Amino acid sequence: MIRDMNLAQVTAYRQTRQKRDGLARRVTGLLTLAATLLVPLVAIALFFGARSILVAKPIGELLFSETWQPLKGSFGFFPFIMGTLWVTALAIIFSVPPSVLTAIYLAEYASPKMRAVVKPFIDLLAGIPSVIYGVWGMLIIVPFVGDYLAPAVNGLLGYFRLFRNENPTGYGLLSGGIVLAVMVFPIIIAVADEVISAVPDGLREASLALGATRWQTIRLVVMREAWPGVLAAIVLGLSRAFGETMAVLMVVGNVPLVPHSIFDAAYPLTALIANNYGEMMSIPLYSAALLAAALILLLIVLGFNVASRLVLIRLVRKD
Amino acid sequence: MKSYKTKVEESFFKGLMIASMCIVLGLLLLILGTVIWKGLPALDLAMLTQTPKGGYYLGKEGGVLNAILGSLCLAGGATLLAFIISLPIAIYLHLFAGRSRIVDLVRLALDVLWGVPSIVYGAFGFIILLWLGMRASLLGGIIALALLELPIMTRGMDEAIAMVPGSLREASYALGSTRLETALKVMVRQAMPGLLTAVLIAFGRGIGDAASVLFTAGYTDRLPDSLFSPVASLPLAVFFQLSTPVVAVQERAYASALILTIIILGLSLISRRLAGRLTQHVVR
Repeated sequence: MIRDMNLAQVTAYRQTRQKRDGLARRVTGLLTLAATLLVPLVAIALFFGARSILVAKPIGELLFSETWQPLKGSFGFFPFIMGTLWVTALAIIFSVPPSVLTAIYLAEYASPKMRAVVKPFIDLLAGIPSVIYGVWGMLIIVPFVGDYLAPAVNGLLGYFRLFRNENPTGYGLLSGGIVLAVMVFPIIIAVADEVISAVPDGLREASLALGATRWQTIRLVVMREAWPGVLAAIVLGLSRAFGETMAVLMVVGNVPLVPHSIFDAAYPLTALIANNYGEMMSIPLYSAALLAAALILLLIVLGFNVASRLVLIRLVRKD
Repeated sequence: MKSYKTKVEESFFKGLMIASMCIVLGLLLLILGTVIWKGLPALDLAMLTQTPKGGYYLGKEGGVLNAILGSLCLAGGATLLAFIISLPIAIYLHLFAGRSRIVDLVRLALDVLWGVPSIVYGAFGFIILLWLGMRASLLGGIIALALLELPIMTRGMDEAIAMVPGSLREASYALGSTRLETALKVMVRQAMPGLLTAVLIAFGRGIGDAASVLFTAGYTDRLPDSLFSPVASLPLAVFFQLSTPVVAVQERAYASALILTIIILGLSLISRRLAGRLTQHVVR
């Protein structure tokens, strides 16, 4: 093409190409800026949506009042916040031991061939939609908890309020916690595996050369190096559990009371938003209250995410 | 000398790890098995090819074609929209952004965006719809899902382009190409399988998400016909049909869940094949 041009044409062609390049730089840069500002934008939009209730009610009342009666104008988020905290705590208790142990096994013991077989299945677990987890929870976990686990635990430990069973349906915190735990597995496993694999081999070799066994090396050398990253992986899993909606909604029972036992039904914030938004637009402050719930959720999840990502950037970069 | 105790400790923890891995993989199989076991008896040709005849709540005849097509439209549109935004961002990060601190900040923002719960995107999408004076519609669902897919796709593309050897870029510059030409004719072409994988993963995430389309896309028994009217989606078809007390309708929910799972499994298989080809044509 250039061969058929005279000098002026070549110069002009070069200028168009450079102009195109400059334009591309500006357009892509602008899109990048927009995507970077999306998080604050979402927060601001939710804040303006929720402003009327934040002005009308003191924050303390919103966060700590137990009465949720939108028709009478009482918007206490306390039962919902407690529901979210409880179900998330249970999910983390159930998911951390198996997923961290699996990650250690994959990173330290498994042969490359085995990793190549197992990792796609972990990815698959991460790709299953949350409604499918919900369906599974309703079909398997809820009956299991209601028919077997709850009566058995109640018989053994029913003396403690925490384990007393007054809810024969199986829909409740424990079912929600179990389903969420399974959803969180792939996140913790993937991130923890990456962090543990990023520990320099020299450290392992030095430890093994000193006569330590593999497990001693893992416990005393590798994990000592990797623990902030594993913690970050757990926090990422935690924030996923915190914001999960559909699967929890389907198995947790949705009763707006502060739960006292792991078998009680609860009503997490996400379920509150999903169940009510759009329907109750006519009641004053209601939609603002739900947007306030979304804002609370967003701010907590943002805090978790920023903290754990900062830890991870430092760790995985180091090599 | 390794004592008896250290040996026992080692095999104890190794056993614990293998047991954990078996639990994790076993649960995956249990989930897939449950969906197939409940869904297969309820799945027939009518489920795939007809719209509901008696309203989703009452069941009766017909299928969930409205939800299948609705989901494909929603996820397809969202993936297209997210692609238009994601590819330029990935190109910017690798070719135009000079300082690495800006790149780090953008990646952090995208990772944080990835962690935002889908229900928050749903609420945000709904605010935008109210602000635009629209109601729940295909377009609203596409916008909410595109926001959800954006960080997933962008980070996937970012990593795919990062795999292209730097020497190729330098060779392209040395021949006098501009950055845009290098991006489109060298980097994107080299990273193509990885870019497609990112697109498919984002599509899979979009088609399975229910919370973000709940208020933005709505639900209807009709086939999708316009960008501005509500559409059905598979995850919501599962959710709504399961929440009825009618057994026949619940069966339809299981069939819908199976359809959704098959789509997700299919996408996962295709993206695996593409990832395998990633190494096949790459110049080293």
